[in-house]
Amino acid sequence: MTKLIKSGAYAQDNFSPVADDAPLPEGAVIVSLARFQKDRAALLARNTPVGVRLQSSENPELLGADVNHFALVALEFPKFRDGRAFSWARLLRTRLGFTGEIRAVGDFLYDQVNYQHRVGFDAWEVPDHFTLEMFNRALSEITNVYQPSTDGKKTIRELRAALK
Amino acid sequence: MLNTLVKAIAPNMYRYDEFDAQFVGERVNQFAGQVARRLSGELTEDQFKPLRLMNGLYLQLHAYMLRIAVPYGTLSSRQMRKLAHIARTYDKNFGHFTTRTNLQFNWIKLVDVPKILRELADVEMHCIQTSGNCVRNVTSDQFAGATGEEIEDPRPLAEIIRQWSSLHPEFVFLARKFKIAVGATETDRAALQWHDMAVQIVRNQQGRVGYKVMAGGGMGRTPYIAHVMSEFVQREDILAYLEAVLRVYNQDSRRDNIHKQRIKILINTIGPEEMRRRVQREFEELKRMGTLQLPREELDRIAAYFAAPKFETGLSDAMPDAGPDFANWVKTNVHQHKAPGYAIATITLKTPGQVPGDATSEQMEAIADLMDRFSLGEVRVTHEQNLVLPHVKKQDLPAIHAKLKELDFASPNAGLITDIIACPGLDYCDLANARSIPIAQKLAKRFEDLDRQHRIGELKIKISGCINACGHHHAGHIGILGVDKKGVEFYQLVLGGSGAEDASVGTIMGPGFGEHEIGDAVERVVDVYLAERTDGERFLDTYRRIGMEKFKAAAYQGAAAA
Repeated sequence: MTKLIKSGAYAQDNFSPVADDAPLPEGAVIVSLARFQKDRAALLARNTPVGVRLQSSENPELLGADVNHFALVALEFPKFRDGRAFSWARLLRTRLGFTGEIRAVGDFLYDQVNYQHRVGFDAWEVPDHFTLEMFNRALSEITNVYQPSTDGKKTIRELRAALK
Repeated sequence: MLNTLVKAIAPNMYRYDEFDAQFVGERVNQFAGQVARRLSGELTEDQFKPLRLMNGLYLQLHAYMLRIAVPYGTLSSRQMRKLAHIARTYDKNFGHFTTRTNLQFNWIKLVDVPKILRELADVEMHCIQTSGNCVRNVTSDQFAGATGEEIEDPRPLAEIIRQWSSLHPEFVFLARKFKIAVGATETDRAALQWHDMAVQIVRNQQGRVGYKVMAGGGMGRTPYIAHVMSEFVQREDILAYLEAVLRVYNQDSRRDNIHKQRIKILINTIGPEEMRRRVQREFEELKRMGTLQLPREELDRIAAYFAAPKFETGLSDAMPDAGPDFANWVKTNVHQHKAPGYAIATITLKTPGQVPGDATSEQMEAIADLMDRFSLGEVRVTHEQNLVLPHVKKQDLPAIHAKLKELDFASPNAGLITDIIACPGLDYCDLANARSIPIAQKLAKRFEDLDRQHRIGELKIKISGCINACGHHHAGHIGILGVDKKGVEFYQLVLGGSGAEDASVGTIMGPGFGEHEIGDAVERVVDVYLAERTDGERFLDTYRRIGMEKFKAAAYQGAAAA
């Protein structure tokens, strides 16, 4: 079983994942990039939220101008060692100006949550034993950062300058 | 005891402020938590592995190995004494200086690691990113701040890169490791072109100082020399440019074959032109966003830590006369310093017969004393696994030499045939196919005769115990690669590589030699050089002029090649 942590709290997952060959159900759905490309017109015509799940080899730029039609982009970690999604999230938030939910799905570790949070993820599909307490701890282990990222957190250089 | 007489001197190098100290402290606690989760079984070894590697902890053949970062090779005497203490307390009383200018301990217990990290944090040291698929320890020229050849000291930029790359959220799970070096001279002592990414501080035609950026160099099973990404990046743009290169790498590198995941493979697959185009696109976007722009004040602030020490004036610039041993040592191990009356002295950790790069606790402490007495409290680690006293008075050189003799570190062999780089090899490493250390030891013994070494002149031998090339065999004038054939160790010869400004990839001669034949083979290769060389030619020059053939013919004479 998995559960959803979003914006720092447990959240109800209103999206139904849909297999590529299954009919589209009512309500919010998450589809693959291939399914989206195949049923684009039908999906965009619906009045319910649409999410897309990208594999780690799928650059979000492939979504093109459609990106802002999505309520959610789920970025998959096929193995926790595959760190491409860290760049995809940041690209979604900056170059593509995506303001919807970016959800981490797949095989990632507690130890990666803080990095995900920094580059622009705001939702996590976590296993049952992963608690909110753990989530908050993961974000607080390292107080300050050396480099700017999507989270807009002040860098150590800026904090130093402010001390003067 | 000298120890008690000498007061530790704080050299002009980067010092942690409260933010750095807090960062490293929290990182230690974080890793202590990861170790606890591993020990309790919450983390599997598979999950723990990338986490421990990111903190320099390897599982080797016999025990854990802990690799401590020595940023751009600069150490204070206080840090050196701490390393000696750790070697004595937690390891077998010695440490090993590596080709990444780090120091590693080979016999560490997992439960001790958090304690060791706290001890290191006390002297502003850490193990962050000394291994794993992330940005590794930034290296530089061991003569930085001491040589008159440089445009400016490269260490401030190296420190800025160190900070920017520390736990960079986007780049801690890269496809493979990523090594960065910074240099500031035409003479390349940092093997820039062999790096995943390198920055050379340059001056453009208008006289402005900026940065030449190269990428895609690397050793391993497919060696490549780096391509130039940009001839001139403006100072304030450098972090944006480096981030752009890394971002393209993180996005576009293969992830399906561990042997094809370094940036060198990406660049040589898509071509340097296409790579530059992709980097340029990212760079322009990052520059527009502006958050990574490096203000002049920040560069100046970091540079102030590395300000040139106050050198005494009015010193004699003449080299003292202290006998033939001393004169020999000066010839190879002493280099020109920018200040009159001063010199740069190399301590080769390569006394024939010793393990290249190893030092005992007592030797480290004695060197710390030399640092305090004679070199403003500072030493540099070189990628050739030696140490350098960067700021010594010429008048003190005889006393330094005499002390080094006592330590058995006075070999006048810097850059000579016995100044050999060797990886740990099968004696320690579970990736190795063959032993490297005994081969290095035997070769050094074979060529121990000093007159002969000096007659041969500059000749760099580099030995790797497997194709991963940690011993830089591709860049050796003579490289040696250990291979395993049906359980027997063989050694291939590789000729004509260079890790200097004239970087080149060596060429494999042919089938390997047995453990007992490789020494003779090297000797015959050297004899060909001595017979063929013209005035002033180094081994490398002769090889480049006459090619492989004569060397090959001689090397296999009488050898049962396998």
